[in-house]
Amino acid sequence: MSDSGPHITLYRLQACPFCERVVRVLDELDLPYHSRFVEPMHADRNVVKRVSGKRSVPAIVDENTGVKMSESANIVEYLTKTYGEGGVA
Amino acid sequence: MVDFEVVSLPASDHPTVGETAPDFTRPLVNEEYWEDASLSSLVADGPTLLVFHPMDGAFPTTYIWKEIDERGFVADVQVVGVSISSPYEHKDLLKERAADARLFSDPTAEVAAAYDVEHDLDGMAGVTEHRPAVFLLDEERTIQYAWVAEEWPEFPAYDEIAAAIDDHV
Repeated sequence: MSDSGPHITLYRLQACPFCERVVRVLDELDLPYHSRFVEPMHADRNVVKRVSGKRSVPAIVDENTGVKMSESANIVEYLTKTYGEGGVA
Repeated sequence: MVDFEVVSLPASDHPTVGETAPDFTRPLVNEEYWEDASLSSLVADGPTLLVFHPMDGAFPTTYIWKEIDERGFVADVQVVGVSISSPYEHKDLLKERAADARLFSDPTAEVAAAYDVEHDLDGMAGVTEHRPAVFLLDEERTIQYAWVAEEWPEFPAYDEIAAAIDDHV
């Protein structure tokens, strides 16, 4: 839609605890992000597969680094390493 | 059409041609996901037909989208709907019709209030939705055509909309 604004996009499912875990870390790190909500039905999540290779959520796309990933533990580790204290970005 | 008086809706003080359409931000639903979006950011991408309609599933909603689809307005303008229905209901609507349109979800009908197109539904306590209304907007959100239902039900003047798109887009 617009080129300005957050460079991180989070694909999430309403009430998904793994997604909320990622949201908590994004908030702790003070990182703005776009929230894109997808369907509970796995089969209807082609957009997530297109961006991350899998239909699972959460998934993030970071335009800053070109990183696209799923699995909340991996995402939390990536965000902390990249944007946390002593992070590389 | 019918030999009795159709229900009249109260007069609307809606924004009119030449005025700037009120901006708002709501979840915007496409066929794949939904995301908060502002009308202003969307309109910046091109001329936009903003269509307020009753809740998804009501027959006027079905008729309105059927006609918009058949007329192919989406080939010339961005077509964007607004109703009180949730993103989940909008997804279902998009599977059936409203091809290549996007739908704002406005459950509290505050956007309806901003445009003065609220409709308090008789017999559905606590439910206020959007009366049928259509606005053609340019990239600055300036209104180039406006139509708001005065009766319940009343359907958009599709020929007028087509003419307005021809004139302005």
